[in-house]
Amino acid sequence: MKEENVIEVNQLTKTFGDFTAVNAISFEVKKGEIFGFLGANGAGKTTAMKMLIGISKPSSGTAKVAGFDVYSQTESIKRNIGYMSQKFALYDDLTVKENITFFGGIYGLSRKKIKEKREELVSELGLENISNKLVGSLPLGWKQKLSFSVSLLHEPKIVFLDEPTGGVDPITRRQFWEMIYKAANQGTTIFVTTHYMDEAEYCDKVSIMVEGKIEALDTPKKLKEQFRVDSMNDVFLKLARIPSPTLPKGNGENIDRN
Amino acid sequence: MKRFIGFIKKEFYHIFRDRRSLFILFGMPIAQILLFGFAITNEINNVDIAILDHSKDASTEEIINKISASKYFTIKQMIANEAEIEPAFKKGKIKAVLNFEKDFSKNIIKERKATIQIITDATDPNTANSITNYVNSILQNYQQSENKSIQIDYQIIPQTRMVYNTELKSVFMFVPGVMTIILMLVSAMMTSISITREKELGTMEILLVSPLKPFQVIIGKVVPYIFLSVINAIVIVVLSIFIFKMPVQGSLLLLGLESVLFIITSLALGILISTIAETQQAAMMISLMGLMLPVILLSGFIFPISSMPVPLQIISNIIPAKWFIIIIKGIMLKGVGMAFIWKETLILIGMTLFFIGLSVKKYKIRLE
Ligand SMILES: Nc1ncnc2c1ncn2[C@@H]1O[C@H](COP(=O)(O)OP(=O)(O)O)[C@@H](O)[C@H]1O
Ligand SMILES: [Mg+2]
Repeated sequence: MKEENVIEVNQLTKTFGDFTAVNAISFEVKKGEIFGFLGANGAGKTTAMKMLIGISKPSSGTAKVAGFDVYSQTESIKRNIGYMSQKFALYDDLTVKENITFFGGIYGLSRKKIKEKREELVSELGLENISNKLVGSLPLGWKQKLSFSVSLLHEPKIVFLDEPTGGVDPITRRQFWEMIYKAANQGTTIFVTTHYMDEAEYCDKVSIMVEGKIEALDTPKKLKEQFRVDSMNDVFLKLARIPSPTLPKGNGENIDRN
Repeated sequence: MKRFIGFIKKEFYHIFRDRRSLFILFGMPIAQILLFGFAITNEINNVDIAILDHSKDASTEEIINKISASKYFTIKQMIANEAEIEPAFKKGKIKAVLNFEKDFSKNIIKERKATIQIITDATDPNTANSITNYVNSILQNYQQSENKSIQIDYQIIPQTRMVYNTELKSVFMFVPGVMTIILMLVSAMMTSISITREKELGTMEILLVSPLKPFQVIIGKVVPYIFLSVINAIVIVVLSIFIFKMPVQGSLLLLGLESVLFIITSLALGILISTIAETQQAAMMISLMGLMLPVILLSGFIFPISSMPVPLQIISNIIPAKWFIIIIKGIMLKGVGMAFIWKETLILIGMTLFFIGLSVKKYKIRLE
């Protein structure tokens, strides 16, 4: 089961004019895997992700997501994935319940199913008392968790998370990763970008992107062995020290967010 | 279809939970129509004027009587010679001076032509323009009655304007303009703001990643505004009829259909704006500068197109509002049917298709 590739990327490239934001990246993601897509701010993570979810056309290279081609089968891809964008993207002026109902609705879930999911989700997140409150009034951590749950509403095969833990406190980050594990255990493939290197330790496999290129791709354990260091943070620091005039000015640790 | 209803429901939540939207949608139209209505009504009531009568004969006396009997003018002052004209204006009380030439009656009989000079205070060109028109109408009225009784054709002043608006209520002239502005504002500005809002918040991306097709997203965003704009149009027409006693001469059904067409034109413009603007602020500025200003200045709403410089007259042709104003003035004031406005209607349809086509193209480029 674990051997099935749900994402296959080969030499995928995106250019904006003269600038190459994503430079011939290749990797594979297996079903049920938590794939960490790491890199400093501006490395090209979001750009790469947007090509995979079918809202940005690649400049060259090939990619298949859930078995569908990113050039010609974006509609099929969309039906099989969930997406949580880098910006918090639920409606602040809708209540928790209304948001769930709306997003369930646009994925074509039946009314009964939506009601079921809504109750399940509200009780899981412990939002019973505030399910009729506007989402705008919730703390960021709760919003992020809600947003993640909403991206899973239609039970997608793969869920793409773009910096889901950006700006939230360590405790909430921990809880968030527990939710990620739970979804992965149920067979959902997780494709998650982050620039928190400690989070890389939680992933089954990571890629580290520098200036549009994938500079490292393996399990956290093997990467640490390869670079002879104790933490993923050190792996990243080593990578960032590769002498190159074009490397980002980042210091390797919690580089400023977008 | 169920998805669609959910989408529209959500759009209404946005609208009804946002004070600014509510104000633009409902407060502004009603405020505008009342404001314009009453401001214009006051403007044409009891304007103070002065008379300089060099003849003091039967004809001038009768004309002066007619003018003072009308509720539009109050004769504040009789002045004796040209030298007094400027001081009279400078005191600021009067808005116009009517200067009857010497031997007015005699000229009518001998030359079949007599001259009256209408001097208006052009610091307010609209008022000045109205005054001229009103005086002209009164003169024409006088001529007609005289011509019947004395059976000679003569002319005081050629009169061309205000043919259809016989009651001389200029609020009638403004209702079509105000209606145009409001429909444009609500349709174009509100849709462009509400679409860019989703872009700004990042929810647009989420919608595009969902199985909804881009055109479904756009239609879902636009339909509520069609609905609200139609309600607005109805409110405006009802207010005009009941408060300003505006007669709608033509078919209400045709008026309704043409309004829906213009609403769709405006929505298409709103969509086009939202493909250009990245932020709500930008969408609002483009709507105000790019749409409202030309509508106010170039559509013939306030400044008559015929009195514009030629280049502006040419530019005015690309403004959808100009054509819509011609259409609804025709229907409301002249009572014309499709036979007289099919050309304007086709132009609007053509513009709408053009805007939609352009938006689709821009949209595709964005997704590249
Ligand atoms: N639409 C675009 N046009 C031009 N440059 C872009 C565009 N989107 C992203 N970029 C550039 O591509 C690079 C990678 O951006 P992004 O993928 O957002 O990085 P990350 O998500 O890793 O922080 C950045 O330098 C960014 O400025
Ligand atoms: Mg990013």
